[in-house]
Amino acid sequence: MIEKQRNILDFTLSSLLRRKGKNAALLIVYTLVVSLLASVLFFTHALRKEAGLVLTDAPDMVVQKLLAGRYDLVPLTYADRIKAVRGVGTVRGRLWGYYFDAGIGANYTVMAPGDQPVAAGSISIGEGIARTRKASEGDVLPLRGQDGEVRLFQVAQVLSPQSSLVSSDLILMSERDFREFFSIPSTHATDLVLTIANPRERATIARKITQALPDTRPIIRDDIARTYDSVFSWRSGLLLVILASVVVSFLIFAWDRASGLSAEEKYEIGILKALGWETSDVLFMKFCEGLVISLTSFLAGVLLAYVHVFVASSSLFQPVLKGWSVLYPDFKLIPFIDAFQVATLFFFTVVPYSVAVVIPAWRAATVDPDAVMRA
Amino acid sequence: MKFRRHSSAAFLVIGLLLSLQCLMIVHAADRRTAALPAIQEKQRMVKALQLTDLCLFTEARYTRHPAMADFHSAFQDGPLSFEHFPSGSLVTPTDLMRDYRD
Repeated sequence: MIEKQRNILDFTLSSLLRRKGKNAALLIVYTLVVSLLASVLFFTHALRKEAGLVLTDAPDMVVQKLLAGRYDLVPLTYADRIKAVRGVGTVRGRLWGYYFDAGIGANYTVMAPGDQPVAAGSISIGEGIARTRKASEGDVLPLRGQDGEVRLFQVAQVLSPQSSLVSSDLILMSERDFREFFSIPSTHATDLVLTIANPRERATIARKITQALPDTRPIIRDDIARTYDSVFSWRSGLLLVILASVVVSFLIFAWDRASGLSAEEKYEIGILKALGWETSDVLFMKFCEGLVISLTSFLAGVLLAYVHVFVASSSLFQPVLKGWSVLYPDFKLIPFIDAFQVATLFFFTVVPYSVAVVIPAWRAATVDPDAVMRA
Repeated sequence: MKFRRHSSAAFLVIGLLLSLQCLMIVHAADRRTAALPAIQEKQRMVKALQLTDLCLFTEARYTRHPAMADFHSAFQDGPLSFEHFPSGSLVTPTDLMRDYRD
């Protein structure tokens, strides 16, 4: 029985090799389409997984003040009122903002860390800033403040490249320098960060805060962590275009196979039937034909996608990811692969194509061989 | 390398691809283990600085800090302005922005 199936497989492969050019082109295009889709799946899953791991210790809650629907500085007196809400642990003001470096057109995130004070007149910079500005420890960086005055800061430290994914564009400076640089009074902060002992109380506390302070917007850790579920989601414009292109490609492949056989293929089936092949043998042969192409393309495509995303750092996506950014973090994604996604990819690429090949063959295989050969 | 039967060559190719898949899985596991110190460093920095976002797109405020962005920042240039940063097509407004007002 196995020998019979193997003989049919031999015949199928001979048949494919008789049309080398066409089948090679099909194999290559199919592989590229699978690798594109797999690259997108690997990239988005790995990024989301890493975001989930890295942001485990993000603030329990961040409270912003809004004015006309936009960010506004929050008065530190709000901290006392928030602290009075049962369940709230500590409340402290966070100082951070954006700085546009007109010289190179890059945006930085400037922060005054609460727990790791920086010496006055010194800054710690992220790896991306060090790379873009060609700065290293001991160098002096001029930055223009809110009042238009240029201030010189000495680079005390370049943050670890290992933390590039979170700190690439960071500038850390002392609180005094920060307030003076951005002209922020000592009575205000950018936002407030809270610690909450019981995670299940976060939503309730958020509601109480908005009741007590209607001009505030609380953001809890769950919301922060899940933000990255919607980054690269299928609804984002570019992903939708890529996925639509891939789906249309597969539909064209399947339609091309399902819409009918060429005259040569029908003739071949007619001869096989005349020689004594059963209909089931002919269908198995066509199934093998589809399976060989789609399975080889799938396996090669997945490998290509892995190398592209996790070895070559998604080099094909980089122009899209960088956009207009001047500063882009230098990081390699950690290979988190979702087996369910790979299995889904398998069922959407291999199975439909293999089945689509069988359908027109069934029509030709059930017709009288004489009629098929004469047609 | 010549094969007497085409199926032998096919089995070899499929076998090779499957072996490479297994190698890929082993490589991924090895890379995950090796990346542990880097993940811990990032976690330490997030906790120390109370960070809320990854540094992925630095071209606009709402793509640099999507978790902190207000609804207006994508259209900051005017009420009828279009989204114009390329990374805006990758970062959709999160549908998890909950309003805790009753």
